[in-house]
Amino acid sequence: MSHHIVEVQNLTHTYPDGTAAVRGISFRIHHGESVAVVGANGAGKSTLLLHLNGYLTPQSGTVRIGDFPLTRETLRDIRRTVGMIFQDPDDQLFMPTVYEDVAFGPLNLGLPLEEVEQRVQKALMRVGVEHLRERPPYKLSGGEKRAVSIATVLAMSPDILVMDEPSSNLDPRARRTLIELLAGFQHTKIIATHDLDMVLDLCSRTIVIREGQIMADGPTTEIFQNDQLLEECHLEKPMRMQACPLCNRPSI
Amino acid sequence: MAKIDTAFIDLGYLDTLATGDSIIHRLDPRIKVLTAAVFVICVVSFDKYVIGAMLPFVLILSLLMGLGGIPAHFILKKLALVSPFAILLGMFNPFLDQQTLLYLGPLPVSGGWLSFLSILLRFCLTVGAMLILIATTGFSGVCMAMEKMGMPKIFAVQLLLLYRYIFVLMDEGQRMYRARALRSFQGRGTDMKTFGHLIGGLLLRTLDRGQRIHLAMLCRGFDGTIRTRRAPQFTIRNMLLFFLSCLILITIRRYDCSLLLGQLLTGFVK
Repeated sequence: MSHHIVEVQNLTHTYPDGTAAVRGISFRIHHGESVAVVGANGAGKSTLLLHLNGYLTPQSGTVRIGDFPLTRETLRDIRRTVGMIFQDPDDQLFMPTVYEDVAFGPLNLGLPLEEVEQRVQKALMRVGVEHLRERPPYKLSGGEKRAVSIATVLAMSPDILVMDEPSSNLDPRARRTLIELLAGFQHTKIIATHDLDMVLDLCSRTIVIREGQIMADGPTTEIFQNDQLLEECHLEKPMRMQACPLCNRPSI
Repeated sequence: MAKIDTAFIDLGYLDTLATGDSIIHRLDPRIKVLTAAVFVICVVSFDKYVIGAMLPFVLILSLLMGLGGIPAHFILKKLALVSPFAILLGMFNPFLDQQTLLYLGPLPVSGGWLSFLSILLRFCLTVGAMLILIATTGFSGVCMAMEKMGMPKIFAVQLLLLYRYIFVLMDEGQRMYRARALRSFQGRGTDMKTFGHLIGGLLLRTLDRGQRIHLAMLCRGFDGTIRTRRAPQFTIRNMLLFFLSCLILITIRRYDCSLLLGQLLTGFVK
């Protein structure tokens, strides 16, 4: 697995009620890249993400993950390659204890028990929550839940991480910890978010989506300086790039 | 609503207790489930007027509570919460069965009162035993033990998921309830119709969540069977422990220890 490429070509998806959520999206993400997918509510971000791990299969167009095109036969490999982190950790943590939740994926891969144990330990260490091992997930704080959901995905050792709003509902400290954690990962990362300040920290490339189509795809700093584009797509310049009313720093 | 609320928060407390570490906590869950079953069978198999012979079982429960570090007031509070069911069951006995069976000093005690007290005692013992079982094993531990002993896996998984999401569901229901309460003035908007909408909304949300959870499971290679940690082997030590506890339970079921103790003491006095 030397090249964890994500390639989407002319992808369209229309929901049964007639909503065209994705209308011809194409992009190519290379190994180790960190890409933000931004756009207004209902722009089609989540629908796009659901294609990347094969929950939705393309109605037209293709999705290729690494060496495989996304089809029914390759679903298993693709789900192992792409780790998906959901917006609501309560959806992701469904087992009675943190340990069992993190072990769920590796056990399903059919790994021997010692290997499972090692992987769980390593994943929990990586996100810094070994001490929560035996705790039930509903008793954790928001930040802890988020860290554990990342561990559940890391335990599968995926090559690509797909995240839906990873920084939502976190207090500033927990958000900062999360950003630092994600910055340390070598994986290819695809992050759908409204938190443009986080994008500035984590992603060198940004894809802007509006009404199911790509409006812009390029270096984050360039895109965030395009006021007109941001305005059109219901976005706003990250706080750090805005003018400061206290010290009279001008907008970047 | 407030009542259910506190009852559920206590459910969480039960779980906190289960994370403790004591000699009772460390026992194999299967042993505890089996012993608890034997305990319950022993208690319910007593004759309907028996009270004295059941008292040693109270002693056993207190001992377990002490060893397991379970606060007595917690168990008592839980018992009080569910006691109306038992009281309802037995409250007509004193009226229906008025035959005097014994005298407490000058006071005649009818068979009805005896059986009523016996029912209450049985209730406290059995429910108490279950509470202590869960407080020292954890709900998931009990589920796993039952599954290991042959309960179909699908039931075990159902129970586990139910237990996991009952908190989330309660939370969601409570938020909706609160949202309605804050905007209904003088009892308006609290009729059955809005209640129906509320429940309907909750159902739809639950379905959505179910779908998302399924998706999350699929993403991690779920193929229809939930694999869990394998429980350690049933050791000889565990077996011996189980037989020993059964022996004790059956002995005090078979012989009226309170009576024997009483005879012994009165014998000494003479």
